[in-house]
Amino acid sequence: MLAYLIRRLFAAAVMLVVVILVIFSIFFLIPKWAGVDIALSFVGKQADPASVEGVREKLGLSEPIYTQVWMFFKGIFAGRTYSSGGDVVHCSAPCFGYSFKSEQAVWPVLTDRFPVTLGLALGAAVLWLVFGVAAGVLSALKRGSLWDRGAMVVALSGVSLPIYFTGLLSLAIFSFGLKWIKAEYVPIGHSFTGWLGGMILPWITLAFLYAAMYARITRATMLEILGEDYIRTARAKGLREQVVIGKHAMRSTMTPILTMLGMDLGALIGGAVLTETTFSLPGLGQKVLDAIKNQDLPFILGVVLITSLAVLIANLVVDILYAVIDPRVRLS
Amino acid sequence: MTELSKSEAAINEPSVASPAPSSFLEVRDLKVHFPTDDGLVKSVDGLSFQLEKGKTLGIVGESGSGKSVTSLGIMGLHTAGQYGKRKAQISGEIWLNGTELLSADPDHVRKMRGREMAMIFQDPLSALHPYYTIGAQIVEAYRIHHNVDKKTARKRAIEMLERVGIPQPDKRVDSYPHEFSGGMRQRAMIAMSLVNNPELLIADEPTTALDVTVQAQILDLIRDLQKEFGSAVIVITHDLGVVAELADDILVMYGGRCVERGPAEKVFYEPRHPYTWGLLGSMPRLDREQQERLIPVKGSPPSLINIPSGCAFNPRCPYADVPKDNVTRTVRPELTEVGGRHWAACHMSQEERERIWTEEIAPKL
Repeated sequence: MLAYLIRRLFAAAVMLVVVILVIFSIFFLIPKWAGVDIALSFVGKQADPASVEGVREKLGLSEPIYTQVWMFFKGIFAGRTYSSGGDVVHCSAPCFGYSFKSEQAVWPVLTDRFPVTLGLALGAAVLWLVFGVAAGVLSALKRGSLWDRGAMVVALSGVSLPIYFTGLLSLAIFSFGLKWIKAEYVPIGHSFTGWLGGMILPWITLAFLYAAMYARITRATMLEILGEDYIRTARAKGLREQVVIGKHAMRSTMTPILTMLGMDLGALIGGAVLTETTFSLPGLGQKVLDAIKNQDLPFILGVVLITSLAVLIANLVVDILYAVIDPRVRLS
Repeated sequence: MTELSKSEAAINEPSVASPAPSSFLEVRDLKVHFPTDDGLVKSVDGLSFQLEKGKTLGIVGESGSGKSVTSLGIMGLHTAGQYGKRKAQISGEIWLNGTELLSADPDHVRKMRGREMAMIFQDPLSALHPYYTIGAQIVEAYRIHHNVDKKTARKRAIEMLERVGIPQPDKRVDSYPHEFSGGMRQRAMIAMSLVNNPELLIADEPTTALDVTVQAQILDLIRDLQKEFGSAVIVITHDLGVVAELADDILVMYGGRCVERGPAEKVFYEPRHPYTWGLLGSMPRLDREQQERLIPVKGSPPSLINIPSGCAFNPRCPYADVPKDNVTRTVRPELTEVGGRHWAACHMSQEERERIWTEEIAPKL
């Protein structure tokens, strides 16, 4: 197990370097090859030539590529200083970039918004795991029944209906119609109940989409597992059916669910753009949308970086959990 | 039908419980049917037999003859954990130690599973849960039926592993199934099924998934353990060599029914059903001088949805036209006694069969 852990951690570290290199290439190398003036896109189109030259010098765009890569890495892990003549800006580690347009470092803005997105993603994940997996298991056990068909129809609609539809619908009904919920984001530090109230609709909306997917995969996996020989063995031992399902079948059903969870959580933590926009949550997703609208490249880069990081970490956690669940994984 | 007098079987309505038999295990007119889109699959269609404690019954037949369905039926595993609308239809009676299993409370039958009757499956790799250690699985099997703490159960598990010949049982108890070899896995499976000292052990193709060299060891082990525990054993196999090794009695199944049943030496040396002849002819043997080509049973097993009318074996039987009036294709033959405790279901007269066996079949084997 320890050897597996070390192997996974090492692989994750290598992956991290690769990911940073790829992101660097996307934002600095490819535009360069395409003949785009990177400095110009970093300051914005209306900038005067002097400030463009200043940014070019600050970013070290005239330096050789390897120096730029090195500065990029150094910024992330140790911080960097952008200087052009007397104009010096320090960006402390982890430096995910500096927006010359809004004159602020990217990282603090992202960390401000990160808790909103994290809360949204985790809360929704709890909901969709509980309801999606439960519905999937029930559907599998009552295959062909009215419940099964009903649940799968709901699941199908959940998968097909876009968030800006279900989200707006839920807002219209529960917030504006029935006035049960005040749809407004309150930071958890200010008021816990206020936070809960503001998050409940986004959670449900987001969870509905994912619960539908999880119900379907749980049902399919559970049906497959129930046909396994070792389930028959468990019954032949004289185990109660609840234990056969809840312990023997469930443990095997968890593996594909975990795999999905890792990817979904990773991607969501990078910003649930649709949900955050629909419910006006000041999270990463909203920020990235703003950044795209304002062509604020450093923020886009920062969010891409943080999303990749989140996916990387989520997958690492899943890999480790995987090994905890399935002993065969530890070998290979 | 069996030697159980037909008049008695006819008098008893299915709903009225017949008197408990004196045999340890008695199966009466067992039928297991599965409804499917294509029709009703009659996997087992009227099977009866008895088995005493300390004895071994070998059930032999091709794939799809109903062997495994019978064993799962005895264990009650067709009804346990059946989800969805299509349930297996089971009728008849299964008496184990004075309890009729088909009409008994399912939870009572569940408690008997693993404790009074246990099962060894064909492929131990798929029959053991890949995520739990061997020890954990044996401990679980023991603790379902014994109110003991984990430590005691673990000791018992190690004891059982040692008994079935697994080296370093105190270490291997913490291994996972994938860390065992095929033979060792089957040993572990046997240890798990015997952990509660069951009185009935059903081994469903226990050696089919194993290397030939390991097969003999496992058969020896089953035989030794049976002597030690005095349990009744049903060995289900398509391999006559396996039953020759183990069984006291042999039951030959074809198309969901018993076509011949009797003491092993009778079925081997004086078989009275053409299907049994076919099985014997297709078995490779090392004890014969002139090894000619093996003679396969021509054709393929019958569809269990459309079982041939008359004798189910008639489309494949080289002697189907021996009895007069096309009777093999119209009338289903009943089991009739052809010797002491030896029954066969064939329309040919006993003299005819005796002649064909001694003159045509036996010399070629």
